[in-house]
This record gives sequence, C-alpha cells and structure tokens, in this order.
Amino acid sequence: MSHVLEVQSVSKRFGGLEALHDVSLWADGEILGLIGPNGAGKTTLFNVVSGFLEPTSGQVRFRERAIQDKPAHEVVAMGIARTFQIVKPFAELTVLDNVLSGHGMPRYPSPRAFRERVHTPDNEAVARRILERTGLTRWADTPAGSLPIGLQRRLEIARALATEPDLLLLDEPAAGLTRQEADALADLIRELHAEGISLIVIEHNMHFAMNLCQRIAVLAQGEVIAEGEPAEVQNNEAVINAYLGKQGTNEVVTMGPGS
Amino acid sequence: MFISDYALSVATFVGIWVTLSLSLGILTGFAGQVSLGHAAFFGIGAYISAILALRYGFSFWIALLGAIVITGLAGSILGLPSLRVRHDFLVLATMGVNFVVVALFRYVDFFGGAMGLVNIPAPSVFGVSFRGGVPYLLLVWAFAGVTWLIAWYLSRTWVGLAWHTVRSDEDAAAAVGVSVPRFKIYAFAISAALAGGAGALYGHFIGSLFPDTFAFVESIVILSMVIFGGVGTLRGPIVGAIILKAAPEMLRVVQDYRFTLYGALLVLMMLFQPMGIIGDGSFIWRNLRRLFGREPATVAQPPPHPVEEPAAAQQETAS
Ligand SMILES: Nc1ncnc2c1ncn2[C@@H]1O[C@H](COP(=O)(O)OP(=O)(O)OP(=O)(O)O)[C@@H](O)[C@H]1O
Ligand SMILES: [Mg+2]
Repeated sequence: MSHVLEVQSVSKRFGGLEALHDVSLWADGEILGLIGPNGAGKTTLFNVVSGFLEPTSGQVRFRERAIQDKPAHEVVAMGIARTFQIVKPFAELTVLDNVLSGHGMPRYPSPRAFRERVHTPDNEAVARRILERTGLTRWADTPAGSLPIGLQRRLEIARALATEPDLLLLDEPAAGLTRQEADALADLIRELHAEGISLIVIEHNMHFAMNLCQRIAVLAQGEVIAEGEPAEVQNNEAVINAYLGKQGTNEVVTMGPGS
Repeated sequence: MFISDYALSVATFVGIWVTLSLSLGILTGFAGQVSLGHAAFFGIGAYISAILALRYGFSFWIALLGAIVITGLAGSILGLPSLRVRHDFLVLATMGVNFVVVALFRYVDFFGGAMGLVNIPAPSVFGVSFRGGVPYLLLVWAFAGVTWLIAWYLSRTWVGLAWHTVRSDEDAAAAVGVSVPRFKIYAFAISAALAGGAGALYGHFIGSLFPDTFAFVESIVILSMVIFGGVGTLRGPIVGAIILKAAPEMLRVVQDYRFTLYGALLVLMMLFQPMGIIGDGSFIWRNLRRLFGREPATVAQPPPHPVEEPAAAQQETAS
C-alpha cells in the first residue's frame, strides 16, 4: 500500500546551503505535524511538495504520481493546496474575490476562462459557504489587504480550500493568533480532516501541534530527526537536543512563532 | 452641421490613441506588466496592414484583420521576456524591443527603410473609398468601442481575475492554479493585437508611415495616458488618452513642449494622485461617486480585532 504523499530522499541546495538533506516522509489521511527550529527547512519542504521549488535530488509522489518537476499551478490542480507562512493575500481584492480566485482553479487552463463570468450566483454561493466555515463572512466585501494578520491567515486557508484540495499544507496557521482563535482554528482543521482532507501543518507552538496532530515529524537542519506519535516525539532525546541547541533554553513546549 | 476637417482629424487621432491606451491598460492595468514598448505593436500593426495593402493588394479590411492577427502573434513572442525577468527589468526589455522594431522599420528595405511607406490606400466600402471624414472617424471610434468592450468583458471573466492575481502576487497566483506564464502571454497577445488594429487604422488614415512615429518616446506617451487616467480601470485610459491627445492639439503653444508636459504631469501624478486622475480612490472619482450617491459618506470599517497586530508589522518580522 502506498501513501497519499511520499517524499523520497529529497535534498534541496541553495548554493552552499543544504536546506533539505535526504528527507523522506509520508502522509496519509491524517493530520501530520511538521515541527522544527527556525531555519530547519520546513517551509522549503512545503515549497518542494507544492511545486514552488524543484528538489536538487529525490522524488515527491502524490497518489503514486511523481510531481517533483511539476510547476505549482499544476500541483494545485492535482489536489495539493497550500498556505504561505508570510501571508500573500490579493490585497486589493475583497475577501470574497480572494476565495473566488481559488474556486477558479479548474477553469484557468481551459477556454472556459474566457467565457465564464466570475460573479455568478453559483460561484458566489460556493465562496460564501467557505467564508462561513472559516468565519470570514462579515469581512466578505473588505479588501483583503486591510484585514489584520489573524484574519489574513484565515483567508489563506479559505482561499486554499476553494481549490478543493485532497491534501492541504498549512504553514504556521496559528502564528499570531490568540488562544481562542487558535482553538477555533484547531476545530476547523479537525473538521476538514473529518471530511477526508489530509493535512500537513507546520507549527511552532508545540502545545498546539501536540493536541492537534496524530503524528509528528521533526525537522532540524534539513533532516528528519524524529517521527511518531506526539508523546514519543516529545520525549525524544534528539528532538530535545535540537531545540536546546538552537534556543539555549528548555522552553520547548511554549516556544513562540519565528522571531 | 459643420465640423472642420481639422477637428475631425483630431477626433480621429484621439480615437486611435484611446484604443492604444485601452489596449495597454489590459497589459499594464489588468495583468500588471509595465511595458515601455507599446509603440512597437502600434508600429507593427501599421506596417503589416500597409504592406498587405500596398504590396499584396489586399483590401483594407483583410489588411486590418491581418495586422491584428500578426501583431497579436508578435505580442505573444515579444512578451516572452516577461516570463523570465522581474518587473523593473521588464520595463527595460520592452524598451529594447521597441528600439529593435523601429530599427527594423528603418534599416530593412522590405519595410520601406528611412523613406517609409507612402501611398497607403484608403479603405473602401462597396467601391466608395474614404480617407478621413466622418465615416473614418466612426470606424476608428467603433474599433475603440470594440476594444473597450473586450477589456470590459474580460475584466469580469476568470481571465480578468487571473490577470489580477498575476499582477498582485505571482506566487499566490500559482497557488490558486493560475499559470503565470500563460496569462502573461494572453495579456501580451491581446494587448498587442488591439494595438496592431490601432496601427492599421492610423496608417490607412494618414497614408504614409515613417519609423520615427513608433519610436520609444511614443511608448512613454501611451503609458502616460494609462497612468494619468488611472491604471487598472477601464475609464482611466480613455480619459487619459482624450486629455493628453486632445489638449496639445488644441493648445498649439503646448504642442512644442508636449513631451516636457507629459513628463511633468507624470511626476505630479505620481506624487499627488498615483491612482490617476479618475482612478479608484482619486479625488475626482470619489466626488463623482458621491455626487451620484454611489458612495456612502463614511466608508464602513470592518469591526476591529483587539489582539491582532497589523499585517504590515508581521510581514516585516517574518523572514
Ligand atoms: N529561496 C531560498 N534561497 C536561499 N536560501 C533559502 C531559500 N529558502 C530558504 N532558504 C534557507 O534555507 C533554510 C531553511 O529555510 P526554511 O524557510 O525552509 O526554514 P523553516 O524551517 O521554514 O524556518 P522558520 O521556522 O523560520 O519558518 C534557511 O537557512 C533559509 O535561509
Ligand atoms: Mg518557515
């Protein structure tokens, strides 16, 4: 049995820096946590999986198809959507239009793109349903650029959801959120999982990750140093060392977002 | 009713430049590809159409169609640098394209060389030929209308939304499934094709073509029209072209200094109304909307969110 996503011996070099070294990882219908210190290569791994970067070597397979040399817009068409750690809303578009931009995904490559209008009752209804789920309804007509960062993070998820992904990659979705907001986000993520979407969540907040994820992979200096259930990982010697080595404190559990 | 020949020809020129400005508005305003080479497409259309009519005896209508199609193809090829270079370099690359195209017109005999092309035939309908006059004015403005219609229509389709995503953030565009290269080339092709049509109309109107008409400085003029009016809107390029084309014609004094004037205007616009004289959020547009009751007195603000820092602050700290 092969997995939904398989990352096989992926390495990624930036000049002299090897941001990913021989990384192998898999994900199935689950919520997989991806944690690790600053600069560990987590975002780089997302960039490779989502087609924004080509790996220097290795393979990425999604539903048994090799996708490592596919461009990002084709990867999302295959069913892998992502959010950005540094949010990238379409600032001048309204929140609703941002979500519609994701809903357009299957249309962009076809001649329908020239024929079909964006603002039809059907399309808007779909987008509004996504706004509702993500708690963005009251900002539907607000330009995305004027939202506070917490809402922009939610919009990242809403826009990604609009592409109807099978696998959703979330890059630090809880960064900068209050406790209540983080809890609401966790509920949403569980709901999406219950609907059959696989998720990989990069998270700095260990507490958040431990509660949410069924399995956690730890990346440090471009390598997977541990992988397993939250409890296992938490007590793993290598993991504790990686965090201590990097941070010089033992505040593993409460570590905040990247500084 | 009496309209002087002079007024007719000014109105005809204005129609041609409205088309040019609208077509650049698709490329720069919609898709965000700032081009300082639009006069090249204007010239390619003019030369192709003139050559098809002069050398190969095609009727004006076929020549016009040929100019549109071939300039569109040229646009999709000359747009290729946009796939490789970043924004500021694209400006340079399109400038370079403009210089190369004008050099071809000047030094290749097929294009008439420095002597240009003369005796370009006027169009005819049912054997009645017309150069200038009211019929030509109507033809030119009909083409401007078609250009507007295409731009308006596309702005509401998925193509229009995809262009906006490309202009706003190419990574985010790719993340929602937009092929950035594909939509850049669409923009170049459509924009160039329409500018090519404007070129054809220009050539058959004045009857002779010279390379310098399509020089780089004309690209600046066309871009000024888009920016002056309001980039990213449909009305902006129209208003910009009408004002910047008609004003110097009417004020003869200004004519000699018109490039100085364009330059000064651009600087002033950038400083005080970067959204253009009639763009979204500009002084005039806000007041027009208020006048017609389309704008509430105060803009509704989203409910404040207590604990969150503004997005801008976050963007700075994130790496
Ligand atoms: N495009 C790039 N060019 C050069 N170096 C890069 C590039 N992207 C990432 N890097 C480097 O690769 C390393 C891994 O970066 P990455 O962003 O993947 O880390 P991360 O685990 O996501 O860290 P954080 O928790 O801070 O987000 C860092 O040293 C970073 O500077
Ligand atoms: Mg990161």
